[in-house]
This record gives sequence, C-alpha cells and structure tokens, in this order.
Amino acid sequence: MKTFKIGGIHPPENKISGNKEIKKLPLPEQVVIPLSQSLGSPSTPLVKKGDMVKVGTLIAESSGFISAYVHSSVSGKVAKIDKIIDSGGYGKDAVFIDVIGDEWEENIDLSETLVEECNLTSDEIISKIEKSGIVGLGGAAFPTNVKLMSGKDKVDTLIINGTECEPYLTDDHSLMLEKGAELLVGIRILMKALNVQNALVGIENNKKDAIKHLEVLSRKYPSIKIIPLKVKYPQGGEKQLIDALTNRQVPGGKLPADVGVVVQNIGTVFAVYEAVQKNKPLVTRIVTVTGKRLKDPMDVWVRIGTPVKQLIEFAGGVPDGTRKIIAGGPMMGKAIVNTDVPITKGMSGILLMSETESMRKTSRVCIRCGQCANVCPLKLIPSSLMTFVDFEEWSKAEKFNITDCLECGSCSYTCPSNRPLLDYIRAGKGKVNQIIRNRK
Amino acid sequence: METKLIISPSPHIHSGDSIEKKMYGVLIALIPAFIVSLVFFGLGALVVTLVSVFSCVLFEYLIQRFLLKEKTSISDGSAVITGVLLAFNLPSNLPIWIIIIGALVAIGIGKLTFGGLGRNIFNPALVGRVFLLISFPAQMTVWPEPGFFPMTYLDATTGATTLNMIGNHFGTIPDYTSLLLGKMRGSLGEVSAVALLLGFIFMLLRKIIQWYIPVFILLTVFLFTGIMNWINPAEYASPVIHLLSGGLLLGAVFMATDYVTSPVTKGGMIIYAVGIGIITSVIRLWGAYPEGVSFAILIMNAVTPLLNNYVKPERYGIRK
Repeated sequence: MKTFKIGGIHPPENKISGNKEIKKLPLPEQVVIPLSQSLGSPSTPLVKKGDMVKVGTLIAESSGFISAYVHSSVSGKVAKIDKIIDSGGYGKDAVFIDVIGDEWEENIDLSETLVEECNLTSDEIISKIEKSGIVGLGGAAFPTNVKLMSGKDKVDTLIINGTECEPYLTDDHSLMLEKGAELLVGIRILMKALNVQNALVGIENNKKDAIKHLEVLSRKYPSIKIIPLKVKYPQGGEKQLIDALTNRQVPGGKLPADVGVVVQNIGTVFAVYEAVQKNKPLVTRIVTVTGKRLKDPMDVWVRIGTPVKQLIEFAGGVPDGTRKIIAGGPMMGKAIVNTDVPITKGMSGILLMSETESMRKTSRVCIRCGQCANVCPLKLIPSSLMTFVDFEEWSKAEKFNITDCLECGSCSYTCPSNRPLLDYIRAGKGKVNQIIRNRK
Repeated sequence: METKLIISPSPHIHSGDSIEKKMYGVLIALIPAFIVSLVFFGLGALVVTLVSVFSCVLFEYLIQRFLLKEKTSISDGSAVITGVLLAFNLPSNLPIWIIIIGALVAIGIGKLTFGGLGRNIFNPALVGRVFLLISFPAQMTVWPEPGFFPMTYLDATTGATTLNMIGNHFGTIPDYTSLLLGKMRGSLGEVSAVALLLGFIFMLLRKIIQWYIPVFILLTVFLFTGIMNWINPAEYASPVIHLLSGGLLLGAVFMATDYVTSPVTKGGMIIYAVGIGIITSVIRLWGAYPEGVSFAILIMNAVTPLLNNYVKPERYGIRK
C-alpha cells in the first residue's frame, strides 16, 4: 500500500467520534464571525451595528491578493464589530450578530437534490469559489481561489486529501460517508477549474468503508481514482501526500503547483460543491467534538462563528478535570484560551483533554538517539536545529533548512527525553524567515 | 469548570518513549550474550559483571551526589549499561580491584567529566577498557578457557585468543560452530556471534537502533580483510574468522551504536562505521595489538561531532 517515503510516526488513532450520523448543532443566540479566518490579510467589513443580515449575506470583502470574503452564517442583527480572542490567543476584529429566525438569501438552494451538471467555465468557477469565501478546510485556511489560480493550466493532477491523519478527528471520514455523491461532483468541478484530466483521492486505510463507498461511486468517472494509503502521520501534509500518491517531491521553498499538482482537502471539495452548484457560501462546516472523557463525541454541522462552548454543551458538556481544549487535532491543533472562542472556517475539531493527558513531562538532556531525524518527514535534524536556535546561530539554522519545517510535531512526539523540539524550531523558523525577508 | 486551561504549543500528545525505555531495551538485548558468558566462563563471568555494574552505578552516584552536588541519574539505566559493556570487554578472570579502577575511569573520566549522559564524547565503557588494557597489559591479555558453567574465577586456566593466534601464526583456530556459539577464549561478552546477533535483531525490532552502523562496520571489515586474504591467504586469515572473532560483533552492535557518541544522520553513521571498519582492520592486520575495535571506535567517537556538523541530509525534494 502506498505512503510517503521519508519519516513519519503512528500515534494512537483514537477515532472515537466516528461511525455516527452527522448531527446539526441548534442555532446559537449570537455568533461571532472573525474578519480574519484565513491565511492572509483580514477582510474589510461591509456591515455596521444595527444592520440586518440573512444567512449568506456578504459581511466582509477580500482586502488583498491573499484574503477571503466572509458571509453571515445566521440571520439577525449586527450587534457590534469588536475585538475577540481567537483560537491563536490573539485579539482579532469580529462581527457580532444576534440571531433572529433563520432566513437565508433567496438564491441559495437549500434542497438536498444532487446537482451534477455544471456549465460554468474555469474562470467562472474560480470566481464563484472566491465570492463564496472558500478557504482550505483542513486547518491552514488558505484561500482556495488563490491556490486554484496558482495551478490553473499549469498542473496535470488534482489531489484530494481524505487522509485525515490527525488522531481523534473524524469529520472528513463522516463527510465522505454521507456526502460521497456531492464530493465526486465537487471533484469534477475542481478538475474543470484547473483544467486537469486526473484526480487522485488519497484516503488512509483506517477508513475502509469510506474508501469502498467512494470507489463504488467513482466507477463512472475513470479520471478519478480513489487510493488507499497506509496509515502514517503526517500523511495529510501536502508534500507527504503528493509523494505518497505521485512519487513527486516538492522541493523546499516551492509550491505543489511547481511539480504539477494542486492539493485540496475533502472538506473544501464539499464547500466547493455547495458554492458552485447550490450558491451557498461557506457559512457552515463539519466539526469533530471529541475527547476520551467527553460524554458524546461526534461530528456536527456548525454555523461559522458559533462559540466553541455551545458545541461542547451539545456533546455533553465539559467533563470534570478537563485542563486543555484544542482547536484541531492533538498533533497540530492550537490550545484555546477559553470556550468563548468562535468556530472558524479552518477549525476541524474540538478536542478536550484531562490534566494527565495535557501535561508535558520535564525536558531532559538530548542523548542524540537520532529518533527525531528519523521521523522527520522533511529530512531535517530537529535535535541540531534546537541547539542552533538555543544558541541563536541563525545562519546555521538556515543552512540546515529550518524554514522547510511543516510543524507536524513528529519530533517532539517521539523524543525520549521529552525535549520541546518543535517549540524551538517554530520560534527559529520565524526568526530565520524574518532574516531572509530583510535580506531582500 | 473555570479552572484555568493549559495553553501550550502543539503537539499535545507524546509517544511515551523515554531514556529509561531505551536503556532497558539495550539491557534486554544484552541478556543472550550474558547467558552465553555464564555458560562458558561460569563464576568468573558472574563476578566480573556484578562487580563492574555495581561499581559503575556506585561511582556515578557518589560523584554526582558528593562531588558535583547534582541530582543523581543512576535510575536512567545508562550506568548499568556502561557496567555491563565494560565487563563484556574484560577477561573473566580479572581481579576485582582492577575492575573497580576500570569502572572509576569509565564513569568518572569517560562520562561525568564531560557532564554526564548526553554530553560525553567517548564511549565510557571503552574509555575504561582501553585504560585497563594500557595500564594492566599482563592481566588484560590472558584469557580463560571456555568450559560448561565452570566454578572458576581467578584460578581459571588460560590461553590466547583467536586473533592472537592468527596474528602470530600459532595454535589451532576454533571451528566455525565454536566461533558462532562463542566457545572460545576472549572477553566474556564478545565471544558468541549468535547471542550478539540476537541482541542486534531485538534492538532493530524495538527500533532502539538503526542498522547502518553495525552493518557497515561488518561489511567494511569483511571487504578489507577479504581482499587481503585474497591477495595473500598464507599471511592473512579468512574474513569470516575476522567477523566472528574478537570484539568486532560486540563493538559493532553495542559499542559503536551508543547514541551519544555516534552520529545522528544516516550519512554520518555510514562514514563513521566505514571508518571504524577500516581502522579495526588496519590494527588487526598490521598493528601491535591483535585487536583494534576499541581503538577504532574511540577514534571515530572523536570525529562524531564533526560528522554531526558537516554531514547533513540532502534537502527534501532536491535530487542530485
């Protein structure tokens, strides 16, 4: 079975929330929609206090090349535009909307009917995706239209990331099981947008039912191949997935488009289907809410901007002894400051951990076992990089390619001395990137 | 709830691996060789190993507690390994007081002078062993005859090692079965190829070490001595005998693979291993000592920091 060739780990999967129907979270009383939910510059708000909005009303527009449109996820009245603490712990501007009823913009098709036909041109599709505020739903939240533009007419293969290699998360799995037909339409729309004849869908082999389901559905489209992958983290990393599926390696500092591919997350594909075929902007997403002691771990459809706390309540409330709440998976997710933080477009899961699960052990001396170098999927030597950062030897860190790090955390995960390798590398990467920028 | 949430950067989970797990894994891998040493060298092997382990751990404790006044680290298992490896490199009839000196040099000078585990440049057990070899050449080069659980220690009958015999062209070289099982004169832990290879396989399966270092050392010695044997079979012994005798397997599997003193990257490991193989062969074939593994490893230990600094993997995605 295929997988990526360099490094990797296999943490316990803990996929406890799957194998259930995706539920719908009841409407909250208020949503808080941050103006900056994607990589790039914050969007410019188009509404002010007191404005009435519907579900799907544009409330902020893209303010630069890498920036995204933002729509209201509820109907109601704009209460204020104010700062909130986002999942990264930073203050961000956000639109607060008090929910009144549930009225959608008229042009949005809310039926469940599958719309297969798409007569739009490539440019029209990309523009519709941009206007619908779609960003990568896998976590990085990179504006999808920008990625498509970078690869259009240049690449030969579209890769769909259905690996869901993060432990605990099951939202992509549930989506593949419930929305298979829609996903295949979405994939063909993306193929048309990019003007490619091949699409490869990589799914890790711990989701055999999803592989089977999509394979059966994809039989009538020979250009779409469903490929099972050996379970290994970080298979969902773009470079790793491209290597696993095509044997192509994206060199440091280059983009997937440079080796002829564009990668899209499976969640993004569904958002694309809804946007292009149903005129529905990105106002809902599926989120895994999970944790070993949570009463009812599950996957839920959530309106963007819903406070995390409401989602946790829906799944049985915060269990006693919870000391860490993570937005995303346990390998790359962010620990959030409080449960008032809103769900954003890139947030794939909410994971609750107890004190024993969340405490780090004391860091000890490096015994140079080399395990970190061995698991690094990008051929880095984390132990050396940590030392360079510690001694502020930036030129050495640069020479040892610190900027290639994808922050997958495999090194810290595996270190027998519990050294905070990634903490140092992340800090050093920022510093070295800054030095490189200043040089230009 | 309203207890404060813990905020820390990712990753939020850990494999649970620890220094202890690694060290105790190595100790388990050493068990087959220890059992063989008990079979062939009996009481002597037991006394030497116990004294060596006990003194290494005790010296580590005493020096850290009273001299360095720091937290002791004896529970991490690394001092126990040093003790076992030192013993494995000694003849089973070595007097207790010499073993104690060896342990003091290994732990005191080889390890703690540099700052303890993770900071030492040279393999501590080998520092102790080479110190003894140079200081007590008479006691360090007589080797007890293998028996079957012999109850002898200082009173054991002795003779020369295989390498000694082939180096000086005398005596009968043991047959291949004896070489494989370890029924021959030698340091107590080095004799059995089968037992050491079992340990090697165990460590590979448990992912404690990678295969590059042992395999490249053995390959280099095999090729080097093989070529010399092909050129002049009358003067140079068969490469198979070189592989199966002396401390080569013990050194390649357990000593050269010491984390702290070997390179971190694959490229570095291979250069380091080939270096050990060449130096070992040169000392064995033309040096004053019949055996050269210890010296070879110590010399390449010294090169390790350089290898760590200059041999880095190719950048991802850049093919040469």
